[in-house]
Amino acid sequence: MRVTQGCFSFLPDLTDEQIAAQVQYCLDKGWAVNIEFTDDPHPRNTYWDMWGLPMFDLRDAAGIMKELADCRRVYGDRYIRISGFDSGHGWESVRISFIVNRPREEPGFRLDRSEAAGRNLRYATHSYAADRPEGERYADQ
Amino acid sequence: MNIQQSMTVRGKDRYKSGVMEYKRMGYWEPNYEPKDTDVIALFRVTPQDGVDPTEACAALAGESSTATWTVVWTDRLTAAEKYRAKCYRVDPVPNSPGSYFAYIAYDLDLFEPGSISNLTASIIGNVFGFKPLKALRLEDMRLPVAYVKTFQGPATGIVVERERLDKFGRPLLGATVKPKLGLSGRNYGRVVYEALKGGLDFTKDDENINSQPFMHWRERFLYCMEAVNRAQAATGEIKGTYLNVTAATMEDMYERAEFAHELGSNIVMIDLVIGYTAIQSMAKWARRNNMILHLHRAGHSTYTRQRSHGVSFRVIAKWMRLAGVDHIHAGTVVGKLEGDPNTTRGYYDICREDLNPMQLEHGVFFDQNWASLNKLMPVASGGIHAGQMHQLLDLLGEDVVLQFGGGTIGHPRGIQAGATANRVALEAMILARNEGRDYVHEGPEILAKAAQTCTPLREALDVWKDVTFNYESTDAPDFVPTPSMAV
Repeated sequence: MRVTQGCFSFLPDLTDEQIAAQVQYCLDKGWAVNIEFTDDPHPRNTYWDMWGLPMFDLRDAAGIMKELADCRRVYGDRYIRISGFDSGHGWESVRISFIVNRPREEPGFRLDRSEAAGRNLRYATHSYAADRPEGERYADQ
Repeated sequence: MNIQQSMTVRGKDRYKSGVMEYKRMGYWEPNYEPKDTDVIALFRVTPQDGVDPTEACAALAGESSTATWTVVWTDRLTAAEKYRAKCYRVDPVPNSPGSYFAYIAYDLDLFEPGSISNLTASIIGNVFGFKPLKALRLEDMRLPVAYVKTFQGPATGIVVERERLDKFGRPLLGATVKPKLGLSGRNYGRVVYEALKGGLDFTKDDENINSQPFMHWRERFLYCMEAVNRAQAATGEIKGTYLNVTAATMEDMYERAEFAHELGSNIVMIDLVIGYTAIQSMAKWARRNNMILHLHRAGHSTYTRQRSHGVSFRVIAKWMRLAGVDHIHAGTVVGKLEGDPNTTRGYYDICREDLNPMQLEHGVFFDQNWASLNKLMPVASGGIHAGQMHQLLDLLGEDVVLQFGGGTIGHPRGIQAGATANRVALEAMILARNEGRDYVHEGPEILAKAAQTCTPLREALDVWKDVTFNYESTDAPDFVPTPSMAV
């Protein structure tokens, strides 16, 4: 399966040139660019690990692309996403977020159901990758 | 046009029994400077032939505040001058002989805090049937910050909605399940699953899907939540479906909303026809229960569409932002339903901005400060398809739900393919826009290129390539910008 979180998951994987153009768009808007990675892409996993702090003061896409390359060198077997953060009043949140790296195999999710009274079901989305300990989830790739 | 002089009779003579013209009773005060805390209403007034426009507008101020048809001595038991609404300006409507814009200021004390029902009972309660007027339309209102602050506002708001859904940087995609009537719960859930798995963020009940013989509401809710959760697991993305909880009584609506909550839905839906009080109750319920609240504006065209009479949708949008819904249908411009581009831009600004500057060419007559009240997500729905993606993004911006009902479910290769076509078209357009391309003009080219690697998009573009709805708008702004002279 293909996790379709983020802004561009339905397009073919972005090239570095395309990623740099999106990063430049964020910088031109005055947003802080942030690189995050995870090996648990559960849709409710909000807090991916940060590759350093959000780059509040970087103004050049090339600098961020270098950080991305470094992050990929260490965590190339995981999901990596880039986001643009707008600290302007009334937003103060993420403005754009897109995946820039994926594990080669994406095992996806199982839907667990438990039956309750009155035909109700309790659902839980179970990430197959998370069955293994953190750090070993995509180790054999 | 007016002699800018007060005609108000003062002292003892003001309270002599009998009938007195409204403009002499203190409802026409051309020198009045509205206070920052006044509510201001702008009406389009078309008096009956022979009726003095100033008197007609003064009557409007009177009948929407303290007056009745004759002088009453009991006014003297009150601070009557404060409570009188004051018409302070009357302008002829451009290119519309016989119609006038009346600006009327209301003291804040005339209104109960935080009650749309109370506000509307005054402002539109009595005056629309007033005999000396041929027609009357409430065009716009200025809501003072002091009053705005008495309302909860959108239960969730655009920013928190995006955070909860983990979706940023692009419009959200939805579809209304079709056919809107007749599907069983089991079949209905099938449509929801296919559309969400194919790439949409939301599906939606239609306004008249409540609890009918072919599908009772519990069946719909149970099957829809199965579909939502299945699609979520299949894609790793948060999905939602607007479960319409509109019902005959508040108790029924609460029961349905509680059930949706119990099943784990992140959004419920109501129709405008449930009424202002019920809407505010549901907004409070939604805030308490971490639920996004979608409002379908069912019925609004009965009073918003004609320029001469009724209430402009921009006023309804303001009331709904105060009342506290999170989504509101606000027009598509290019789709099948009424929507002049400039007027629609005005509605979208009212939903999404913290400050609306006066902009007559968008039909916005006042500066409106929303005092950090949450933002309301506009929804574009009705006759739109993937081939219009560049126009939709240009006209409606990024913080909007684009609802492709027919444009998803009518796809020749099925609902999933239809959903995928829409999502790919959207992502390709966002990518191109952010890269700095002239996406409005290169739109068809960008879509054609994306379709090279996406057969469903190719098919969608082929099927709907010539579909447009070009009819003249019935509600265009009265003011057109004139090109400014080069200095």
